Amino acid sequence: MSGRAIGVVGHFDQLDRFLAAIHELRASGFDNLRVASPVPRHEIDEALGRRESPVRVFTLVGAIIGAIFGLGLTINTSLGYPHITGGKPIVSMPAFIVIAFELTILFGAIGTLLGLLVNARFPRLHIGPAFHPRFCQDQFGLFVFCAPNEIEPTLQILRKAGAAEVRQVEDGVEV
Amino acid sequence: MADYKLSYSRVDQDLLKTMEAPGRTWYILLTVAIALVALGGFAFSRQIRYGMGVWGLTHPTMWAIDITNFVFWVGIAHSGTLISAILFLFRVRWRASIYRAAEAVTVFALMTAALFPIIHLGRPWYVYWLLPYPQVGGLWPNFRSPLIWDVFAVLTYMLVSMVFFFTGLVPDLAVVRDQSRGWRRRLYGFLAQGWQGTDRQWRHYTSAYLFLAALATPLVISVHSVVSWDFAMSMVPGWHSTIFAPYFVAGAIHSGLAMVITLLILLRRTFRLDAYLTQTHLENLAKLIVLTGLIVGYSYATEYFIAWYSANTFEWETFRYRALGDYAWGFWIMIVFNSLVPLLFFVKKIRTSTPWLLTISLLINVGMWLERFIIIVTSLARDYDPYTWGLYRPTWVDLSITAGSFGWFFLWFLLFAKLLPVVSIVEVKEQLPPPVMEEAGSRRPEAGKGEEAIR
Repeated sequence: MSGRAIGVVGHFDQLDRFLAAIHELRASGFDNLRVASPVPRHEIDEALGRRESPVRVFTLVGAIIGAIFGLGLTINTSLGYPHITGGKPIVSMPAFIVIAFELTILFGAIGTLLGLLVNARFPRLHIGPAFHPRFCQDQFGLFVFCAPNEIEPTLQILRKAGAAEVRQVEDGVEV
Repeated sequence: MADYKLSYSRVDQDLLKTMEAPGRTWYILLTVAIALVALGGFAFSRQIRYGMGVWGLTHPTMWAIDITNFVFWVGIAHSGTLISAILFLFRVRWRASIYRAAEAVTVFALMTAALFPIIHLGRPWYVYWLLPYPQVGGLWPNFRSPLIWDVFAVLTYMLVSMVFFFTGLVPDLAVVRDQSRGWRRRLYGFLAQGWQGTDRQWRHYTSAYLFLAALATPLVISVHSVVSWDFAMSMVPGWHSTIFAPYFVAGAIHSGLAMVITLLILLRRTFRLDAYLTQTHLENLAKLIVLTGLIVGYSYATEYFIAWYSANTFEWETFRYRALGDYAWGFWIMIVFNSLVPLLFFVKKIRTSTPWLLTISLLINVGMWLERFIIIVTSLARDYDPYTWGLYRPTWVDLSITAGSFGWFFLWFLLFAKLLPVVSIVEVKEQLPPPVMEEAGSRRPEAGKGEEAIR
């Protein structure tokens, strides 16, 4: 979720309290959640009910394009300048597969990188006020987008779940 | 160290210490590295001025130390990918604290290796002729030549390793950004690209990292196979062998692991990282060296067996010459250092002793460099026709450029050790149990089973 919004941020010191807060909020109907964590943990994705990342599709498409490009490059350029040496065939598959293989990997990696940049929306040169440096160090952050009248109940849920700190963020929130 | 507990914040604190202002030793080492690079640069300028004649290359030995260095440095690069990608796919836990340094070795070793084919071109300013683009008259590179496979393999390996290295760094760069000020904050902030550790970022990041590892794994096998085919595709006795690809890959990992052990011991000592780079890490690497040493030794034996069993006079004569001829000294050093010395790691006392580890890993590096030299030079110095036989002797240019390559590699590594976290902060944290509430409801001081947690 990017753009301007209003919401509440909770800081958590413990993972289990943090997960409990996510479950509690989702049970109360808050589905528009964003979280931050110093390490990747599967429990968080499960608690948020996120689907598998589409980066793998980028990898696959990149790799396929690389294989086709590798074979196309070698075969076309050889046919374009047919020069027989040592009686060897012009289209020499065992040799060309080496090039195709390397380009499959190269384009697959470029596709993966592209997939990461597009899906995770990188690079992002502006960091919004919802972020706190401790989210990259030792705390878990939970950001809830909510309407003005929902702010107080949300704060209460976060406090009850054991947040070490809660704060309200208005305007210019980008998480 | 008994009460030394690792926690998320402790990890940040310890690992960011490595990036503090460098001491005198670092500056001395940096000066030595720069001096070696300058020496290599000067020797290279003589080559540009007077031509390839300044090298010790003569007919028939037209490939010698330059190609030795190329193969050696590509080989050194391999252990990084083994540790970062292959061990990642196998979910090996002890890789977390050593993979960053190993990956840096990969990137810098490839940057060193890539210099040699260019230097060896003789007219390096035409290096772009190697790239596939439509030249005058529609002429393209000859894709049937192993030398052009090399260009594709090494370039791909370099790009993918750099992407993999940088991707792994991004979350750590954010930690550095958040704990620094002034120009450093701006620099690391730019490099971290706005990393905030959100669920969206982690979800796509972990997926991308997994696929990069999955792509790098077959790549590492293919690259040294392709390098070996530079030789194996020819009809030169001693080179034309089907075992070359796996033999080169095993040798590459053998030398790379030895280089990683050497550098890890130095990092551990310099930065007092005993809680992160434990004896267990070094011991596990030593065990891997036993495996690769056995494979390399087996390959040596197989080569000899096949040379004899093939009843090919030229082949057998080359192998006899290697063991008993002009370069026999190098051959026997290679056998002893690469296949026999690593077997000492079977003894637990030796593989857990830092001086032994350092000595043996240095010997393996010498042995592996000589292996490439022996393979390349002995086969060329005496091939089919006795009339053309000739010995190769290095000149000061050969030796200076070789010394320059070591200076170049260590220069980058020294800069890396001070500008980036040498141990992955995020992955070490991942190995720790996450901070949770005690069942009784009382808080405990975050995570931490102590030192053993990251093994």
